[in-house]
Amino acid sequence: MKKSIISMFAIAVTTSLMVSCGGPKSKSDRGAIAGNAAEKVYVAPGEHDSHYAFISGGFSGQLAVYGLPSGRLFRVIPVFSQDPEKGYGYSEETKPMLMTSHGLIPWGDSHHPDISQTEGSVDGRWVFINENNTPRIARISLKTFETEEIIEIPNSAGNHSSSFVTENTEYVVAGTRFAVPFPQRDMPISEMKGNFKGALTFIKVDQEHGHMDIAFQLRMPGFNYDLSHPGRGKSHGWFFFSTYNTEESNTLMEVNASQNDKDFIAAINWKKIEEYVANGGGTKIPAKYAHNTWNDDEHTAKTVMEDEVLVIEPSEVPGAIFFLPTAKSPHGCDIDPTGEYIIGNGKLAAQMTIHSFTKMLKAIEDKAFDGDAYGIPIIKFDAVNYGTLDQPGLGPLHTEFDTRGNGYTTFFISSEVVKWNIKDLKIIDRHPVYYSVGHLMIPGGNSRTPDDKYLVAMNKITKDRYLPTGPEVCQSAQLFDISGEKMELLLDFPTIGEPHYAAGIAAEKIEGNTTKIFKLDENTHPYRVTNEAETKVVREGNNVHIYMSMIRSHFSPDNIEGVKVGDKVYFHVTNLEQDYDVPHGISMIGANTSELLIMPGRTTTFTWEPKAVGVWPFYCTDFCSALHQEMQGYVRVSAKGSNTPLKYTLDGDVPGEDEEL
Amino acid sequence: MKIKILSLLTITTLFFASCGGEEKAKEVVNEVKEEVTENIEEAVEATGDMANIGIGPITSVELGDLDADLADEGKEIYKTNCTACHKFGKRYIGPALEGLLERRSPEWVMNMMLNPKEMITKDPIAMELLAEYSTQMADQQLSEDDARAILEFIRTKD
Repeated sequence: MKKSIISMFAIAVTTSLMVSCGGPKSKSDRGAIAGNAAEKVYVAPGEHDSHYAFISGGFSGQLAVYGLPSGRLFRVIPVFSQDPEKGYGYSEETKPMLMTSHGLIPWGDSHHPDISQTEGSVDGRWVFINENNTPRIARISLKTFETEEIIEIPNSAGNHSSSFVTENTEYVVAGTRFAVPFPQRDMPISEMKGNFKGALTFIKVDQEHGHMDIAFQLRMPGFNYDLSHPGRGKSHGWFFFSTYNTEESNTLMEVNASQNDKDFIAAINWKKIEEYVANGGGTKIPAKYAHNTWNDDEHTAKTVMEDEVLVIEPSEVPGAIFFLPTAKSPHGCDIDPTGEYIIGNGKLAAQMTIHSFTKMLKAIEDKAFDGDAYGIPIIKFDAVNYGTLDQPGLGPLHTEFDTRGNGYTTFFISSEVVKWNIKDLKIIDRHPVYYSVGHLMIPGGNSRTPDDKYLVAMNKITKDRYLPTGPEVCQSAQLFDISGEKMELLLDFPTIGEPHYAAGIAAEKIEGNTTKIFKLDENTHPYRVTNEAETKVVREGNNVHIYMSMIRSHFSPDNIEGVKVGDKVYFHVTNLEQDYDVPHGISMIGANTSELLIMPGRTTTFTWEPKAVGVWPFYCTDFCSALHQEMQGYVRVSAKGSNTPLKYTLDGDVPGEDEEL
Repeated sequence: MKIKILSLLTITTLFFASCGGEEKAKEVVNEVKEEVTENIEEAVEATGDMANIGIGPITSVELGDLDADLADEGKEIYKTNCTACHKFGKRYIGPALEGLLERRSPEWVMNMMLNPKEMITKDPIAMELLAEYSTQMADQQLSEDDARAILEFIRTKD
């Protein structure tokens, strides 16, 4: 009897152990999904989502386009990394987009997408996104969903507090994470303190075409600048940057950069500096940086290597720059929709710091300063602080806003999103996320007019949320409905790379404006053809230029002879289609590059250096019609020095020669 | 009309099949089929392909004196948008265009240029052509003015 009791006890213990160690998930692990969550994210076949979400591809270097609320992935826009699927960074036309002062770099680390704004609302013209590793800012067209421009940021390193826009897209900013010698020079690392500097770069955006130009760089003290956001409404004209490592340490940073109880939020009156620049202020210094622009008529990118930049010392513009003491190593630096509250998420603090813009102006007027750092006044904490949110969770990182006076803050260590009222500094709701959330996004959440039905939390750790795929699992996003008092978890969906941040916008602001085709009669590519009669093959020394066309379902020409080993063959291929969603692809056996995927009306080029004699085939890579499988051709390659004449035909004739119009 | 004939066929087939007279049923079916085919052929002959204006935005085209300027304009648009698949003198990806306006109404020609996706699924001539040529006519997103100019150019070749 006793024995059996013991056995039963053992079974009970074992069972409870098994349950707690990976048995069936409890309801709370699933995030307490409400019964109607499925309905709220269901977008019926053929129906469209209500919102676009542009989610950073992180270390993939790209930008992913999702629909909300379905969480369906529509497109990965190549930005900072080569993408063989689309030929981006491989075709002759797109290679210049990846050019930098260090040469062509095939990869980047994309971080913070931000949509252009007009009068404080997202307007659907462009998305900007920063590259962290080799500092760059990209501009992506929301007509073509293609990268149109990339500008490198000199004197910067770890381009992290970027690429946020002012409320009329006057500027997009790029702040340096690392303090570095500015300009770069050979010096001992240990002499960092006081000698390294932090560049905050203001890039002017041309309103018609979106073209970017560096207006000025502020040479700030050598702190690390982590994140930033623009003032809006009453605080329009100011920009706020969080800092850490005000200790100016250069080693074992996880300890040595966490010594000070408070770091700063830097408040920059850019309007004042703009005036100073307009009146001839600042000093031009030599700086080498690449400026890459795409042209949709030429279907080609070009690189201009710039050679100087305008630098402003903070001391030159008194009254334009102040430091706001903010609890320990703030990460996010977020401004509410009214422009009044400046929120520092002290990732190592047990509290969040909420500053008041109105108090800040008063403090500046009253000169309520507590000394200075490298000549920049430090405003007294009490003179600028609105209040603190104590013990809100562990590891606050980022805050976005609704239109009802609430903030939503992510907590990395305690894996949760907390909803709180800004004015009352009271917590309203908290919801777990799975796991270790970084950024969050409410469409228009960085603007005067958040579109506050949905919230997307972007998580760094995924672990057991999906079917396992070996040691590497996807990172993920979680969609919440925030229209009610309580946040409601609706959906998990996987993301590409690391979803650092995202920007969302109502679909109606974009969907009617997207480009469907490129018009052939507007194509000014130097190797374009507008009809088959113009297709030809031209030899220039060892370079062979094929002016080729494609249409459902043949290439012209499709039989080419007279190419020789040692030649460099340029396939300049024009898609003659003028219909929506009829791209064609092309690939050549043995070509040391990717395929091309060519949109209707576009001309794109790849190169092939044949290494052996033979008859080598090429074909269309994108299923285009019932006769796609027939869309193919041959190139005959003869020995170096052979006399095989150059010949190109389609159906036995030189294209266009059989019929004069 | 077509539906009625088909229904009749089905009923007849069912009737004979159910009575076990399979051979007889086949004979009757064949007779009905022949009759139907004759009727359709007669109907087509009576109206003619030239009476078919196709399906699309164009319901009537007035062909006046040849407008040489419009034809020149049409030639350029034709070169860019049509020559990858059409020649006048010979069958290419699509049919040879020589004598086109003797076989097809100008409305049909323009509708085929402007609305090929619907034409190849609903218009009897276009459906027959798709079956013969396999490749569907590309929609080159032409405007009505473009299509009219191309039509004028085609007139110069007739």
